[in-house]
Amino acid sequence: MSRQPKAVALISGGLDSLLAARVMQEQGVHVEGINFYTGFCVEGHTHAIRKRDRNRPKRNNALWVAEQLGIKLHIVDIVEEYKQVVFNPRHGYGAHLNPCLDCKIFMVRKALEWIRARDFDFIITGEVVGQRPMSQRKETMPVVAEESGAQDLLLRPLCARNLPPTLPEREGWVDRERLYDFSGRSRKPQMELARHFGFEDYAQPAGGCCFLTDAQYSVKLADLWKARGSKQYEMDDIMLLKVGRHLRPAPHFKLIIAREEGEGNFLRGYRSQYDSLTTLSHPGPLALIDGEVNERELELAARLVARYSQGRESERVELEYTRRGGESRRLEVRPLPAHEIPREWIL
Amino acid sequence: MSRVRLDCRRLLCPLPVIRLQDRVETLAPGDLVEAVCTDPGVLNDIPAWCRINGHAVLERRSEQGEFILLVEVGAGA
Repeated sequence: MSRQPKAVALISGGLDSLLAARVMQEQGVHVEGINFYTGFCVEGHTHAIRKRDRNRPKRNNALWVAEQLGIKLHIVDIVEEYKQVVFNPRHGYGAHLNPCLDCKIFMVRKALEWIRARDFDFIITGEVVGQRPMSQRKETMPVVAEESGAQDLLLRPLCARNLPPTLPEREGWVDRERLYDFSGRSRKPQMELARHFGFEDYAQPAGGCCFLTDAQYSVKLADLWKARGSKQYEMDDIMLLKVGRHLRPAPHFKLIIAREEGEGNFLRGYRSQYDSLTTLSHPGPLALIDGEVNERELELAARLVARYSQGRESERVELEYTRRGGESRRLEVRPLPAHEIPREWIL
Repeated sequence: MSRVRLDCRRLLCPLPVIRLQDRVETLAPGDLVEAVCTDPGVLNDIPAWCRINGHAVLERRSEQGEFILLVEVGAGA
């Protein structure tokens, strides 16, 4: 190749993609980063919503990684396209609603489109053979390369020597001998390499950086699909699943009850889309009602919200019920005792 | 030189960064973008994105729960 080879690196914000990109830079490859926003990304959102988290130092790890590497980062919004990956993963879900293998295939395919549009030469990822139970197994690594269409344009610098040589290696754009043969779930080789490159303070998200790997979140998403009779979601839905207590007393409605002030402020922004309840006689949470309720169900909803207010031990709690159109009225209820809340209502 | 206003209110990070990035792609070096946001995360994320992509944050201020950043498009855009 007469010019400097150019690669795009899938940057999640974790250690592996940071190292993979740096290994390529060490070999003189021009690297730019790409980061995909699915809507299910863990970082950022809960931080921004919860009051208690607001003062904690916050950073976007993908941007931090790019800055450490001195590379450009392109953040791509794939929320709409990604729905098909979540709804119909060809390779199925992991332990929860995480379609990890299909997700990786999809992202590498998007990266392939990206390099083709910009005259880049290949794609790199921080994948390590055996690192993850679904998407990073010896049997599935070729599946990602094959089904994404990237084929031998997909190079995994951290474990390349465990895999057949890719085009960049065969063409001599990169030196295979200076790539790595990491495998398995141990993080020690990565941590050693991080030390070698002088990286400190890198992110080590437990269980990945995607809400779909979270058991509780997956329960709420599955409940949403069941309640709607089909697999569907909008951006607001997946945001709201990250916030508050979710209780479903009946198939056709559920309550989203703020757990603290920051969540209350966030939910307040949805009052034009959902009916809401808030306590008046005692300090208490704001709650959204997702679904249509009759008078009897409204009373039950109000008793539940009262249960989570500071009036939970009182005889009566006064609440304001506000329709999504803005019209409101007051109602007074006896808080529901804890033992009258069936466990299966709590999502 | 043009100056545009970008409404990122109610968007949580990284969406304001994505909206800014997509807007900047349509602009020329020296143009200005005023991003109006409500997620305080932008105070870290937008400057970080600007640093790595060669743009400059000329001004940042907060007004009534909104965070406003004025970004100048860099030469590498």
